[in-house]
Order: sequence, then C-alpha cells, then structure tokens
Amino acid sequence: MLLIKCPYCEEERPELEFRNAGEAHLVRNSSIIEQSDEDFASYLYFRQNPKGLQFERWRHIHGCGRFFNAVRDSVSDKFLTVYKAGEPKPELDALLSANASQEVASVKKRAPRTKKAEL
Amino acid sequence: MVEIIGATRLHPLQAGHSSALSVSVTLAENATRLSLRAREDAIPAISKALGLSLPTKPKTSTSEGTRSALWLGPDEWLIIDTADSSVVADIAKAKVLHSAVDISHRNIGILVSGKGADAVVNGGCPQDLSLAVFPVGAASRTVLGKIEIVLWRLAENEFRVECWRSFSNYAYAFLQESARDVAV
Repeated sequence: MLLIKCPYCEEERPELEFRNAGEAHLVRNSSIIEQSDEDFASYLYFRQNPKGLQFERWRHIHGCGRFFNAVRDSVSDKFLTVYKAGEPKPELDALLSANASQEVASVKKRAPRTKKAEL
Repeated sequence: MVEIIGATRLHPLQAGHSSALSVSVTLAENATRLSLRAREDAIPAISKALGLSLPTKPKTSTSEGTRSALWLGPDEWLIIDTADSSVVADIAKAKVLHSAVDISHRNIGILVSGKGADAVVNGGCPQDLSLAVFPVGAASRTVLGKIEIVLWRLAENEFRVECWRSFSNYAYAFLQESARDVAV
C-alpha cells in the first residue's frame, strides 16, 4: 500500500484514505463566451496523461476531506512532493535534484548492510 | 481432501459472545454530536461559547468535562457530549460565522477496549495505531473495512469508533469478528 503525505494532516496516511481527482492546475477561462469551442473543449475534456512526472489533484476524502496537489511519477508511482491547493507549481528540476541527492544518501546508508550480507 | 477434524465450528451469529475475549466491543451510550464547520477567525468565539478550546493541530482532540472536540479537518470538528447536553444551545450563542449541524442520531459510537484493542481496530483500519504515532487523545477520520469511521483513542487500550447508523451493523460485526481473531 502506498503511503501518501497529506499537506493538511502533515503526515503520511495509507492510500485507502485518498482519492485521485485528475490533472491539477486547470484554470477555467474567466470569459468563456469569448473562447473558441476548441479551446473550451480542451479545457473541459482533454488531459495530458503523460508517462512520467505529472501534476495531480488528490483528495484526502476519508481524512480531512481536503483537496491538495501532488507531483507523481506515473511509471514508478513515486510521489515527489505534495503541496496545498492554491500554492504555485513547484519547480521540477529542483525537485528532481533534491530527490536524487536523497536517493544517493539512502544508498550510502545501505552500503554497510550489503557488505555484512556478503560476509 | 481437507482435514476438518481440528477446526472448531462457530455459529456465525456467535461472533462476540465468547467470554474468553481479551478485547470487549460494546455500544457507547447515546450522545449529542455536532458537526462543526468554521473558519480560523471564528475559532476563539466558538471556543468561548462551547467552554472548551477547539483543537487546531491535525489528529488531536480536546476535552472539558464530558464535552469533547475532535479535529477532523482544517475547518471541521466533531463535538461529542452526553445525551442530555446543552451543547446545541451553547453554540447558538456564538455570533460568528459558522455551521453547526446536530448529528446526534446520524452516528453510533462503539467502544473497543481491552489489551490488544489497537490490533482489533487495525483488523480493518490501515492507520498506524502505535502509541508514538496515534497517542491517547488522538482522533482522526479514517476507514474500517469498507466504511468510513471516526476513530478516537480514549486510553492506551481503549478506542471509540464513530460510524454512521446505517453502517453500524457492519462495523459492530466487523469489530467483534476482529476481536475474536485477536483473542486467538
């Protein structure tokens, strides 16, 4: 089971308490009457669904009930970060480098254990 | 062929009736309950009207006498008091913007108490219920099997499970079944 951090509850909670709510950062045009049908259809219906990192909305429906945003890798299911609704999109490059340095640190920590196993 | 000689046959309606259970699953007394929604700036006035300070930290609760407030979300609380409580009249005195709905009859309380109560609740609730993460007084909305509940830790080995009344048969049977499993 995935553990997902809720930015409102400030801790990791089991996946069963959450519900995915689709792509994040979709903004409705303030004057849709001036918008072409194609543009409105692309806002209403068409989603990016990329393979890899995506910005998503999630709802802690069986917890605090709040919507929040998350950056998730759709291949590995890894959550890079979560942030409250209304906060700006985080910089992907900064996130990736922070994440990479974390992984290096955890690999370094693991190293002695593998040595013991070899002995 | 499957060996059934060692298996004890149990009546399906007998789930909670074994006297050997270390954890008891009992019905809580009727209570007055309020679903309270309010913005941050209204908290002091409501706290004053209720006579207890509303918790603002996630997964916490506060109590004053028989009256308790459980944090459910950043702007949502569950207030529980005895059945003859004046909590509805008290909150009407708060003149700030808020919404308070009497849900006394919507919820049913179930008490799970005894050594291993956390394991019984964990039979259907995926949250970490160790004392370090879910201390005494902690409260949270979560899931139990297929239903949504509000879980509140009253003591190290005592939990209160609040569920909607139409789910109460399921919750009660689930917890009794779980208590039997823990006893084994």
